Amino acid sequence: MTSIVDTLISQLSFLGIDSQIIFIIAVCIPAISLFLVMSINAMISVYMERKVSAFMQDRIGPMEVGIFGFKGGKKFWGGIGQTIADAIKLLSKEDIIPKDADKILMTLAPFIIFIGAFLTLVAVPFAENLVVSDFNIGVFYIMATSSFGVIGIILAGWASNNKWSLYGAMRAAAQIISYEIPIGLSFLLPVIVAGSLNLGDIVSWQADNRWFILHSPFTFVAFAIFFISVVAETNRVPFDIPEAESELVAGWMTEYSGFKWAIFFLSEYANMLVVSLVASIIFLGGWLSPFTLFNVLPDKWLFLDGPIFGFFWLLIKAVLLIFIMMWFRWTFPRLRVDQLMYLCWKVFIPFSLANLFFISIWELIF
Amino acid sequence: MYKILDKSIIGADEMILNMGPQHPSTHGVLRLKIVTDGEIVSHIEPIIGYLHRCFEKHCENLSYEQIVPFTDRCDYLASMHMGHAYAMSVEKLLGLELPERVEYIRVIVAELQRIASHLIAVGVFGLDVGAITPFTWTLRDRERILDLFEQLTGARLLYNYIWPGGLAHDLPPNFIAKTEEFLDYFEPQIQEYNNLLTTNKIFIERTADVGIIPVDVGINYGVSGPTLRASGVSYDLRKDEPYSVYDKFDFDIPVGKGDMGTVGDCWDRYWVRVKEIEESVKILRQAIKSIPEGDVQSAMPKRIRPKKGEVYSRYESARGDVGFYIRSGGKNMPSRLKMRSPAYCNLSILNEISAGWMMSDVITILGSLDIVLGEIDR
Repeated sequence: MTSIVDTLISQLSFLGIDSQIIFIIAVCIPAISLFLVMSINAMISVYMERKVSAFMQDRIGPMEVGIFGFKGGKKFWGGIGQTIADAIKLLSKEDIIPKDADKILMTLAPFIIFIGAFLTLVAVPFAENLVVSDFNIGVFYIMATSSFGVIGIILAGWASNNKWSLYGAMRAAAQIISYEIPIGLSFLLPVIVAGSLNLGDIVSWQADNRWFILHSPFTFVAFAIFFISVVAETNRVPFDIPEAESELVAGWMTEYSGFKWAIFFLSEYANMLVVSLVASIIFLGGWLSPFTLFNVLPDKWLFLDGPIFGFFWLLIKAVLLIFIMMWFRWTFPRLRVDQLMYLCWKVFIPFSLANLFFISIWELIF
Repeated sequence: MYKILDKSIIGADEMILNMGPQHPSTHGVLRLKIVTDGEIVSHIEPIIGYLHRCFEKHCENLSYEQIVPFTDRCDYLASMHMGHAYAMSVEKLLGLELPERVEYIRVIVAELQRIASHLIAVGVFGLDVGAITPFTWTLRDRERILDLFEQLTGARLLYNYIWPGGLAHDLPPNFIAKTEEFLDYFEPQIQEYNNLLTTNKIFIERTADVGIIPVDVGINYGVSGPTLRASGVSYDLRKDEPYSVYDKFDFDIPVGKGDMGTVGDCWDRYWVRVKEIEESVKILRQAIKSIPEGDVQSAMPKRIRPKKGEVYSRYESARGDVGFYIRSGGKNMPSRLKMRSPAYCNLSILNEISAGWMMSDVITILGSLDIVLGEIDR
């Protein structure tokens, strides 16, 4: 698997300019496109969330705002321009910093959270050869950077100088740090089986054998634990206690408004995309098409499995997982903070450890 | 007025958290002063009065007819009950006998109102524990009841419909048919709420065994209504002291049995309300079947000027035992009117049952008490 940066460097070398400048260009292009991916993802996800929630709640959701005069049909495409309007509104709002807040830290916090989400996206492949940087320790890197955001959350909660924010931040820190452990332990199963920390290698192992979710009962359990834990890691219902609306007003985001709040939102949805992509890559065969799983396709249709469609398949799987997360959110009540910790430390971690043990035996036997 | 909390009882690890009056789940403008040690709550002081409108003092300067719209504004989620309770007390003072049709219509609107009020209670309780969808579902069905009331009275929230001695006007021609249509639509919906929320594992975890009201503590604090019945006390004025025509209908009083945990926990209070919705549907079905014909204003006095004397009458509203005490000085205005607010007594138990629980549980317990600040503050 070659990364985009390498590809760009080799492609741009015919220009005959200084290799340093080419390198800078080759780094900037993916960076900007990643930012675009984050923004577009947030816009589409927010629209999707609003429509999904609306249909689950017997409403119709946003209906008024269109794009370029296109207002769409009666139901699904009704308010297609709503998130764009919302984004413009958020960017033009007054940026309020409370009088007693720590101004520097309060300004810094959203950017730290943003950097966390952004850095994670660097190592996530969107298809074969479509990755900004192909780490040989990709899984480890994603684990490390995805918990980066918790620093920003604690800063945001502390700097706001608001008791509700502090509560939210402390809950978030406890929650995110705890749920890192089952996530990491679940990650280890495919890593043990495939024998590599590189996401590309893990997918190619799945291409040669089978998807990890179907590999053994233990990897299936690992997927379940992983998915529930990432829902907790991204602070979504039923694990949204850090921003529990009915208890903590808005948790650590209480004092934020306008642009900074928009960045929180952007990062939250980027995190959702990242965890869904990673779950699809590691457990659901990444960019492999579902047809290869059953060998049902005649040979001439095998292009469906090819590199172009890889992006498409991966996106489908990720969107499906995002939809399930939204489904959770609009169905379940919220857990209490001690129940959340109970679930993590007394259920998920022992099960993950047992999983790890049994998959090793499974690999020895089969 | 309230006293500032004594600082000396706050330990070194404790923090005072001010919840409300502007907070998403204090059900209005309630303010809670919470002494917490981290997540654990050690003491709660409810501070009320942000919606105080001098209801009782106003009543001393208003004629009996003019008080009716004011009663609606006490419990704005169950206005019909307030109007009914007040009308009953004035009728008791005057010694009026009402035509059968008036009583039937009053029972019909009161039970519709009870369903509407309990739907809000059930939905908002879901919202308090973090489930958003049940709230929109219950509001969707409450909307239909409000549509019925709009057709009946022209208003959706504050009806001014039940007057001392009668009703503002008779039912519109197709009201009975529409009510029946609503009941046919609504009955299967209760099962849907149960599927979505009642039997949800997380919901049970959050509400069962939380905020238990023991029977003796509940009675000592004067708790009434579904909140007391959830503790296992079968006490309902509709059954125990039947007013209006409630003695003609066959219905049960649901009491908490501790199906998911201990008797009197939050889940029981929620479940009693769901069950009461079912019982109200039962009463409504019987009432619309046997409603007699007649003139609804035949017993209405031209002017209300009771003789000197006093009266206290009780009424089972959606929140509990509403009492109206009226002392008449022989004028067309009461010389004193006092209202017993059930939600006020229910709220007073909050500190007793939520000390030692966590922050999230305080919200759950408060939601399960189903308070309406308009009625508490009056």
